[in-house]
Amino acid sequence: MAQFRSTERYVASRDLEVAVNAAVALQRPLLVKGEPGTGKTVLAQEVAKALGYPLIEWHIKSTTKAQQGLYEYDAVSRLRDGQLGDPRVHDIANYIVRGKLWDAFESETPIVLLIDEIDKADIEFPNDLLLELDRMEFFVYETRQVVQARHRPIVIITSNNEKELPDAFLRRCFFHYIRFPDRETMDRIVHAHYPEIRAALAREALNVFFDIRGVAELRKKPATSELLDWLKLLMIEELPPEALRSQDPKVAIPPLYGALLKNEQDVHLFERLAFLSRQRRGGD
Amino acid sequence: MFASFILALRAAEVPASVTEYLSLLRALQHGVAEFSVEDFYHLSRAALVKDERHLDRFDRVFGEIFKGLEPPEGAPIGTIPEEWLRKLAEKLLTEEERAQIEALGGFEKLMETVRQRLAEQKGRHQGGSKWIGTAGTSPFGAYGYNPEGVRIGQDGSRHRRAVKVWDKREFRDLDEDTELGTRNMKIALRRLRRFARTGAATELDLPGTIRATANNAGTLDLHMVPERHNAVKLVLLLDIGGSMDDHVRISQELFSAARSEFKHLEHFYFHNCPYERVWRNNRRRRETEMGTFALLRTYGPDYRLVIVGDATMSPYEVIQPGGSVEHWNEEAGSVWMQRLTRHFRRAAWLNPVDEAHWRYTQSVGLLRKLMEDRMYPLTLGGLDRMTRELAR
Repeated sequence: MAQFRSTERYVASRDLEVAVNAAVALQRPLLVKGEPGTGKTVLAQEVAKALGYPLIEWHIKSTTKAQQGLYEYDAVSRLRDGQLGDPRVHDIANYIVRGKLWDAFESETPIVLLIDEIDKADIEFPNDLLLELDRMEFFVYETRQVVQARHRPIVIITSNNEKELPDAFLRRCFFHYIRFPDRETMDRIVHAHYPEIRAALAREALNVFFDIRGVAELRKKPATSELLDWLKLLMIEELPPEALRSQDPKVAIPPLYGALLKNEQDVHLFERLAFLSRQRRGGD
Repeated sequence: MFASFILALRAAEVPASVTEYLSLLRALQHGVAEFSVEDFYHLSRAALVKDERHLDRFDRVFGEIFKGLEPPEGAPIGTIPEEWLRKLAEKLLTEEERAQIEALGGFEKLMETVRQRLAEQKGRHQGGSKWIGTAGTSPFGAYGYNPEGVRIGQDGSRHRRAVKVWDKREFRDLDEDTELGTRNMKIALRRLRRFARTGAATELDLPGTIRATANNAGTLDLHMVPERHNAVKLVLLLDIGGSMDDHVRISQELFSAARSEFKHLEHFYFHNCPYERVWRNNRRRRETEMGTFALLRTYGPDYRLVIVGDATMSPYEVIQPGGSVEHWNEEAGSVWMQRLTRHFRRAAWLNPVDEAHWRYTQSVGLLRKLMEDRMYPLTLGGLDRMTRELAR
């Protein structure tokens, strides 16, 4: 069986590789948690690419119901068709709308199924999917039909920790917590995404980035995805690396900070800190 | 096979079940982690731990159970081949740094020192500035800060010492019993949010549907409205001044950040113990005062009451009329506490002081009794227990 490894575009730590391979080998869902912007969703795409399987994505919203992933019975259009005398109305199967799980189960080839941000849904959502994910089959009441998976899909579930997931659900999953990458891993990630970046620029940018992350009171710490956006901007603007190291008192915060700091409290905080450190330097 | 490991995990309150144990064994059968302790560590972590708060406990147990287990591949640290060290050093040192080393006596000299120290050293070492190990400032070892350091077994190398990975205990911040800081504030907030939100869905807008269907000449036209959530109403009493000043910032930030999640969130301040008056703004205390009776009348029993305070004071401030440190109170603090808990049936006290120290302070015990044991530490775990209690 194909194994999942770090790819050119995606740098996976060894523990992540082991977790993914365990989930693939045992055909159990893999639950991935971690700070926003550490590549949880991208992981599913990369796993699909590495194994050569198609990817089906199911994005969860606060209004999503578990049933919608299986199928929906569109009673309203059937009623409307009935009122208008449409002949389709006699076959109930015409009004069964397939969900993502059904698509995944019926697929001819093995696939990767991403259930993104499962914690956004109602607290009962994971419980409603227990049996379906365990046995990989479900029953359609309206048509008395059992839908069974031809190949057990590789299920990757991401969560942002907004809700606790039920124990029964957790017991059926493998779990991985994506830690924020350290400096060296970050270096590899940057080079994986922008192989043409100048070493000096990358080094200075990473210095600034880890400095910002070091500020304890930030409301939203910038994560990998924000760093990559920022680097892209820096490269488009063709800023010289020296601009990031500037000791000029007028330049209190890094250029194009909008990509890193996402709310005005953080920008204020950062400006204040820069101001204080400058005063201290002036006082010496 | 690893039954004692599972039992030790359960003893450390990592809720690993038999199902998870079996799936770990099956994964081992499938050869997911072969020939490497480190892979086994990663695999068992993925299979047995389902909550990042438990990762640190897992690391500790793993370290205890598999102590002394050498990685089956790779050389023990005492016999690192010289050429391998040299290669690493050459790869990692820049021209300038090598020039510095030349100044210190040359590369040969450096290697000589490495060999010497390896011979002297026994066992794993961390920190410090001489021995070869991790996180130190010695020129030899890994994760260190010495610019001319020779890295031994760090990143990518196949000879990495496995024990290190869990010995680093990188998940300590996520352990639920650590005190709240800005780092885990967000998770705490989510706990509160979960508590505030009870079921979000859309429901049928019946009047709207009837109107639209009538407009449509009888052809059904469904209308939905979002279901109301954020049903939780909260009265927050914050202890301010004196011993609480360190903690008041954290608790205030926490709840005001969660403000939008509650249907109503009212906050008031008190000093040490609630008496006949509370106030809304600490700077303009006199102008914003409100009688506690008025508070009880204004906010019905459907509100939940959360008191944040360290409950650390002289016992007289709780049980004695006139015991307050800043004014003459006709009735004892305990009377007011009883009134509050009788009115707000769902109430909890959050205490920023470490739970282990509670029993050394008499007033904490008194107030805890008055709260019918519903006093929780201001940690993630404590917030969890509090929300569970209040959500009933």
